[in-house]
Amino acid sequence: MFAYLVRRLAYAVPILLGVNLLTFALFFVVNTPDDMARMQLGVKRVTAEAIAKWKAERGYDKPLFFNGAADGTAKLTDTIFYAKSARMFVGDFGAAEDGRDIAREIATRIGPSTALAVPTFIVGLLVTVSAALLLAFVRGTRLDFWGVVACVAAMSVSGLFYIIFGQWLFSKALRLVPISGYADGLSAFKFLVLPVAIGVVAGLGSSIRWYRTLFIEEIGKDYVRTARAKGLGEGTVLFRHVLKNAMIPILTGVVVVIPQLFLGSLLMESFFGIPGLGSYTIDAINAQDFSVVRAMVFIGSVLYIAGLILTDLSYTLVDPRVRFD
Amino acid sequence: MSAIPVQAAPADALRVRDLSVGFAAGGRVLTAVDGVSFDLVPGETLALLGESGCGKSATALALLRLLPDAGRILGGRAELGGDDLLALPPARLRDVRGNRLAMIFQEPATSLNPVLTVGQQIGEVLARHLGLAGEAARARSEALLRQVGIADPAARLAAYPFQLSGGMKQRVMIAIALAAEPRFLLADEPTTALDVTIQAQILALLRDLQAQRGMGMLLITHDLGVVAEAAHRVGVMYAGQLIETGRRDDFFRRPAHPYTQALFAALPDVARRGRRLLALPGQVPTLARMPAGCRFAPRCPKAFARCGSEAPAWWPVPGAEEGGQQVRCHLYDPAEAARYREAFPSAPEPAVAGCGTDAAAMVTAGQDAATPAASDAPGAAPLLDVQDLQVHFPIRRGLFKRTVGWVKAVDGVSLHLERGRTLALVGESGCGKTTVGKGILRLLRPTRGEVALAGRLVPDHGRQALAPFRRQMQMVFQDPFASLNPRLTVGAILLEGMTALGLPGGKPGAAEREAAVAALLDQVGLPAEAAYRYPHEFSGGQRQRIAIARALAVQPDLLVCDEPTSALDVSVQAQILNLLAELQERLGLAYLFITHNFAVVEYLAHEVAVMYLGRIVERGTVDEVLRDPRHPYTRTLLAAVPRIAAAGEGAVGNVASPGETPSPANPPAGCHFQPRCPEADAACRARYPEETRLSPTRVVHCHRWAGKDVPPMLDK
Ligand SMILES: Nc1ncnc2c1ncn2[C@@H]1O[C@H](COP(=O)(O)OP(=O)(O)O)[C@@H](O)[C@H]1O
Ligand code: SF4
Ligand code: SF4
Ligand SMILES: [Mg+2]
Repeated sequence: MFAYLVRRLAYAVPILLGVNLLTFALFFVVNTPDDMARMQLGVKRVTAEAIAKWKAERGYDKPLFFNGAADGTAKLTDTIFYAKSARMFVGDFGAAEDGRDIAREIATRIGPSTALAVPTFIVGLLVTVSAALLLAFVRGTRLDFWGVVACVAAMSVSGLFYIIFGQWLFSKALRLVPISGYADGLSAFKFLVLPVAIGVVAGLGSSIRWYRTLFIEEIGKDYVRTARAKGLGEGTVLFRHVLKNAMIPILTGVVVVIPQLFLGSLLMESFFGIPGLGSYTIDAINAQDFSVVRAMVFIGSVLYIAGLILTDLSYTLVDPRVRFD
Repeated sequence: MSAIPVQAAPADALRVRDLSVGFAAGGRVLTAVDGVSFDLVPGETLALLGESGCGKSATALALLRLLPDAGRILGGRAELGGDDLLALPPARLRDVRGNRLAMIFQEPATSLNPVLTVGQQIGEVLARHLGLAGEAARARSEALLRQVGIADPAARLAAYPFQLSGGMKQRVMIAIALAAEPRFLLADEPTTALDVTIQAQILALLRDLQAQRGMGMLLITHDLGVVAEAAHRVGVMYAGQLIETGRRDDFFRRPAHPYTQALFAALPDVARRGRRLLALPGQVPTLARMPAGCRFAPRCPKAFARCGSEAPAWWPVPGAEEGGQQVRCHLYDPAEAARYREAFPSAPEPAVAGCGTDAAAMVTAGQDAATPAASDAPGAAPLLDVQDLQVHFPIRRGLFKRTVGWVKAVDGVSLHLERGRTLALVGESGCGKTTVGKGILRLLRPTRGEVALAGRLVPDHGRQALAPFRRQMQMVFQDPFASLNPRLTVGAILLEGMTALGLPGGKPGAAEREAAVAALLDQVGLPAEAAYRYPHEFSGGQRQRIAIARALAVQPDLLVCDEPTSALDVSVQAQILNLLAELQERLGLAYLFITHNFAVVEYLAHEVAVMYLGRIVERGTVDEVLRDPRHPYTRTLLAAVPRIAAAGEGAVGNVASPGETPSPANPPAGCHFQPRCPEADAACRARYPEETRLSPTRVVHCHRWAGKDVPPMLDK
């Protein structure tokens, strides 16, 4: 088990490095440091000197990957890539291009993000699994048929429609909740109800269908027939036998996203004006703020790798065949 | 349908009447079981015999209403103690399942829940039907495991299925089925997935438990040997119908239905060596296209006009007592007496004196083929000479996937094979038979050892260097479904083989290629049009013919056949065995025939080598090894084979060797067979036995025979 963890963590380093390189390269294929300076300084009154000064202050005057002018290891370390990206491996994200400290910003924004993402995830999972179990239970009946039709219909509607329609209905027409915004503490509730509900509903169609297929496939297996041949009721068969085995594939899909809940949702946060990490990322992309973008991508990949490790560990809980040695 | 004559059954029997089962397919419901009636009587085992797809499983599953989603019960009754199981409300049916009527299944590997412990899976039944929980349930489960022959039952309760071998899983399955002491047990091919020594153990266990508890057992099987060993009564199914029933002894003494007789005649057996097996033409009809009249008519050698139009009624077999053997065939209609005498000419009494002679009578006259004589001139190099072949697979573990051990799948195997001869390599699953075949063909890189083909050393690897040898030796695999590329036409598959090995003769034109393909297909008994169709359009037996044709495309001298008939039904197996025998005679092919079926060995092979845990323990001519086995493992294997001859002799008792084959990663010290060997002593535990030559043609590795060598060339 310990050896397994060490191995996984050791694999993580090259992956993170690779992701970083890729983000860096992609960003600078699209933008140049000059573009960034112009964007930050405001397009109107920029002089060449102002741009040079902006770049020098923030270290964007160096070469991207390789500094031929420097000596020894400085050839590699005295570059934008090293200065901006390598530091993140020790947890130092530095400042955004507008001067604000990224770590502090993340700390304040993580609260609203999780307040939105975690309830959406939990409620969504419960509703999905229950609905899928119900459809699997009544498989082949009319209820199952119309359930699947509803899922397909729900899947073919764009996520944006749910947001816009929800905001119009509940905020504009019925005036039940504010249309957007956020407040701290308990009053966050009224701002979060609608985005959570919409987040859940928007995902239902595809995931119910996926889980239903999974359960039905499991129900067709030989051991389920054995369970029935014992005289067990359909409820026992479903919960004790089928669900326990279905947990194995369910975990693959579910545990891996749990760490990423901290990153928030790009779409929902932007639409509902929630000051979380999702809207932070979107704003940074719009402002060509490389420091923030690379920090968020880095954190995203760290969380993704954490998710993979957690997935593997969770297998040991539900599948007796899996042991790490 | 006609009235079905079932003898008056005791009141406590499970009475099945007119059971019909269908499967929904593309908006239609196809009938898979059609009007089946029988009685399951406490204290008796009824064997339901038939080839795959004839509706055996569907019949059993319908009784418990456990059919897959597409299955439909179309009619009939199944009376158990005044209830009709087919009409019982679901809640009452669940009180019957696992309680009065239990079932065990073919695949022990998938029939147990992988994430629950053995104790939990048995405990469920105890809680459901006997209301047992806690310590009482635990003690009861332990007792059950002990009854089904599981060592250290207390510890095994905490085990998960993946920690058990196949045989142990099936024992656990039996313990689950017996937990609530059912009156009736349905066993659907309970030993088909198991090795022959394990099969013997499980059959003996089922037979004992059935007798002790006075259960009524429905034993579903396709194996006449299993019927002979375990059944009291027999029902034969064909294309969804029951076509013959009777007591076991009557049934084996004179199988009555032409289909049953054909099944017997299709069995390979030593008495039929050098002769063709009776192979029924064609295949079992598909559900969608059931013939009107007798369903067997298209394949029946005795069919006459009436058979094509009128479904036969049940008739008693002449001479059978009241309620005895019954058969569904027009020939037994007293009105057809003349025809009957014509169909069974020699028999003044109906049918035949014994299945052996009967079989001989069924062998198509004039097609006898003499066993090809060994064509080896003395002193000539054998076609295949394998010396000390070893194939070891690394076991990798830990942080850096270090090699921590080796699975010695093949550990020093030496073989010789002459042109035109057949060497059978036998042994239980996992003993390394297939790996030997692949090692010889260099489909796997051997760890050590030499392979020489016609006196030339085969290189270990290298496409170029191997090409000429690939042309000389080819492999035919077990699974005719998996081994043919589904996206190529049969013609393309055959051409691929020819061109990939750059057959001499340059690049022939389209017409010549077509002719070559047609000739190949003709050689394996397929029409030339087959070239334009795809593998999925063919049945299992036909696909195996295609696989053989592909191997023959390069005109090899040696075919390595890896269980080529074990996925096929007996009547189809007979067709393939006939084909192989005929090809050997015509083309002088040599076969390395890998199998676990001794009947096939007896019928087809000249020499036989018995493998255990990666090594050959005994080798000799078929007569020597099978008539007079010397190695204790060979004896165990042969004793475990269910024998038809056992039927009629009343008591049957097999010497089932205890235990199961150990893992080749960790073979026992000394003689590998020592933990299971009834004759093991201190020497056996100390070192692996040397080779002892018992005759010019036979060697054995066993301490018991040490020092009894015969000088190699004594008699030549
Ligand atoms: N799930 C299914 N869907 C459609 N047809 C099936 C299904 N299961 C079995 N059948 C068909 O029903 C017939 C009888 O099958 P089965 O009872 O399994 O035969 P057996 O046990 O004798 O091999 C076969 O023709 C088979 O193809
Ligand atoms: S009824 Fe006719 S076709 Fe059917 S088995 Fe008898 S003889 Fe053959
Ligand atoms: S060497 Fe000993 S243990 Fe091995 S088979 Fe012979 S008698 Fe049995
Ligand atoms: Mg079956």
